[in-house]
Amino acid sequence: MGKAHDLHHKMSNYLRKFWQRPENLFNAPFGQALNPWYHLGALTFFLFWVVLVSGVYLYIFYRTGVREAYQTVEDLTHEQWYAGGVMRSVHRYASDAIVLTMSLHMLRNFASGRFHSYRWFSWVTGVLLIWLVYASGINGYWLVWDRLSQFLAVATAEWFDWLPLFSQPLARNFLAPGDVSDRFIMLLSFAHITIPLVLLLFMWIHTKRMNHAETTPPLPLVVGTLLALLVLSLIKPAVSHEPADLTLAPNVLNLDWFYLALYPLLYASSPGAVWALVGGITLLLLAIPWVFKPRAAIPVAEVHLDNCNGCERCFRDCPYSAIVMQPRQDGRPYALQPVVDPNLCASCGICVGACPSSMPFRSSDFVSGMELPHQELAALRTETDRALAALQGDARVMVFGCDCAYDVRELKSEGVGALSFPCIGMLPPAFVDYALRDARADGVLVTGCREGDCQYRLGIRWTEQRIAREREPHLRKRVPLERIECCWAGAHDADLARSGLAALRARIKQMPRETIPQDGAQEDVPEPEDKKMGQSL
Amino acid sequence: MNKPLMYLGQGLAYAMFAAVLGYFSTSPKYTHLPADSALVKLSFTHAGQRKGACRERTDEEMAKLPTNMRIRKDCPRERSNVTVELEMDGKQLYHVVLPPTGLSKDGVASLYRRLPVPAGTHRFVARLKDKEGGDFDFVRDETVLLTAGRVMVIDFKADAPGAGGFMFRN
Ligand code: HEM
Ligand code: SF4
Ligand code: SF4
Repeated sequence: MGKAHDLHHKMSNYLRKFWQRPENLFNAPFGQALNPWYHLGALTFFLFWVVLVSGVYLYIFYRTGVREAYQTVEDLTHEQWYAGGVMRSVHRYASDAIVLTMSLHMLRNFASGRFHSYRWFSWVTGVLLIWLVYASGINGYWLVWDRLSQFLAVATAEWFDWLPLFSQPLARNFLAPGDVSDRFIMLLSFAHITIPLVLLLFMWIHTKRMNHAETTPPLPLVVGTLLALLVLSLIKPAVSHEPADLTLAPNVLNLDWFYLALYPLLYASSPGAVWALVGGITLLLLAIPWVFKPRAAIPVAEVHLDNCNGCERCFRDCPYSAIVMQPRQDGRPYALQPVVDPNLCASCGICVGACPSSMPFRSSDFVSGMELPHQELAALRTETDRALAALQGDARVMVFGCDCAYDVRELKSEGVGALSFPCIGMLPPAFVDYALRDARADGVLVTGCREGDCQYRLGIRWTEQRIAREREPHLRKRVPLERIECCWAGAHDADLARSGLAALRARIKQMPRETIPQDGAQEDVPEPEDKKMGQSL
Repeated sequence: MNKPLMYLGQGLAYAMFAAVLGYFSTSPKYTHLPADSALVKLSFTHAGQRKGACRERTDEEMAKLPTNMRIRKDCPRERSNVTVELEMDGKQLYHVVLPPTGLSKDGVASLYRRLPVPAGTHRFVARLKDKEGGDFDFVRDETVLLTAGRVMVIDFKADAPGAGGFMFRN
């Protein structure tokens, strides 16, 4: 590991620690699973649907004409304040909220180091989304054709006129009242359908490379967000300025700072300066995945066809769709084989945890169908054996942890052994069985990132489901669940991890040791041979 | 944390969320143009005169040209700069020299310029020159009352009604 790598590592650690402080505040009232900070992308998606639905309602009443536009929006606001007015306010506030959640989503992905290597695609398409969100929102403010719309039209024209693109200044289109036609308003409203649809298309592309992308937040967050928007809309309905009048210069404006914050800068500095700022920020953002990239490339997952029966579990569980199933090449009697795309692979090992061949009970030279070359399962089994052999006392616990979360080595003691995986999703359930078999340990603690905040997105979800025997590979039925504790503790959540461990130890002290199946209770241990594996699917 | 306390905390978080949205969606207010100001927008498009005079092609020259290009008049394409000045109450408010647009410098020159001025009665003198050398070809002198917040557009058309080419729209 070079110096540069260390520096990168240190920096990202500080950044994450700093960012997690405000986030952790929300764990107490919301609980980990519902912490809104862990669902910012999904919330942004949801807010988009809110904007879309409220927008469709407004569109039904909206008329495209210089005078009609303003008047229909006024009627919506005042004549049917209980419906149109609320819809208008919800439309505005949900759009504002998109800027808020999107910005936090971006900052959070940056602070937690989720932007480089295989994530560059999500990051770069995200930057594009910022432009589309702003284009949609600013465009929307033109439609009212009030004093603010007028200001935006003129200011935007003045801003674009700085670019050497137009033979005549665009701003000349807004000199006098007669310059703005009904057709122009029609064009604006057409753009206000087109740009958001393009935005939606890119939102889809943005999440395309992610397996099971979370595009809908948990129901309680949906309800809470909707309620907050509704209450705000009733307390402070969105209203228009005076109607546009090009013979008058807008003086004092109630600016929407979420979308329009840069407009005052046009006049405080210059259009050129604002272009430099906007262009500079965009380029900087686009460069981030390559500038802040860790030097050392991580080796990606490897397929070992000798131990693969083409069951597709790795393919289904990979969080970044880095695995594709292709026609079998090695002549063995299976239809498919997995192939890893090294450009997409995060080296999380979740596929290793998914593979039925990740079976530590197997003979000495044990290799799984999927392996991380730098973290081979055989070596991890040796480490587990060593840790188990050293355990002493009456509440002996084997901790399986995750490199991205709380450092489980800090929990080690006489009665506690620890092994860390790149992601807890790499833990094959059979390893839990392996630790408890023969009473080599009395309990197993499974830890990883905060719930909903898995560094590799799906590691926690799959781990919980595998242990609960809801997802293949199941934890063997003979393993008593009371001896297992799952505790999701982020990198700086020592207290959480320690209290999880203490709870487990207190519990197993009450349990007689003989409830753990002894050697020979092999009723449902599968044979490692391919044939058997094929049948069990 | 017990349930009621959790709901209270959630309510607080949502209230904060709504407060941030509600506040920054309209506040703080932005003063685009100070209350006692008016705005002059000086804007027009105008083609400067051609730099050189046209001349007649000789018969020999005509014969050399392809048939479809045999036009007697040979005019240089390049146009002159357009020089504009605006004076308010005897002081120069703005001065600019606009080059012709286009690769062969034969396009129109155009201008759009916003000039905030104090509200009140002002005497404006606008001058424009669209040829090489010499004095301003177009001059317009007008005294106008600009109330606060008013936009006055000063446009230019060489063949505008009245003398001076400039039009003051207030
Ligand atoms: C309209 C705006 C946006 C929406 C609706 C959106 C939505 C989403 C969603 C739903 C996910 C998947 C979350 C998951 O399942 O783990 C995601 C991931 C991601 N987004 Fe966005 N996003 C937006 C803007 C941005 C922006 C502006 C950036 C950064 C420039 C960004 C960067 C990322 C990255 C890097 C990931 C991958 C995270 C990971 O691999 O764990 N997104 N986004
Ligand atoms: S290591 Fe992770 S990202 Fe790579 S193929 Fe396996 S599951 Fe997919
Ligand atoms: S999970 Fe294992 S056995 Fe199944 S397809 Fe993937 S590598 Fe092959």
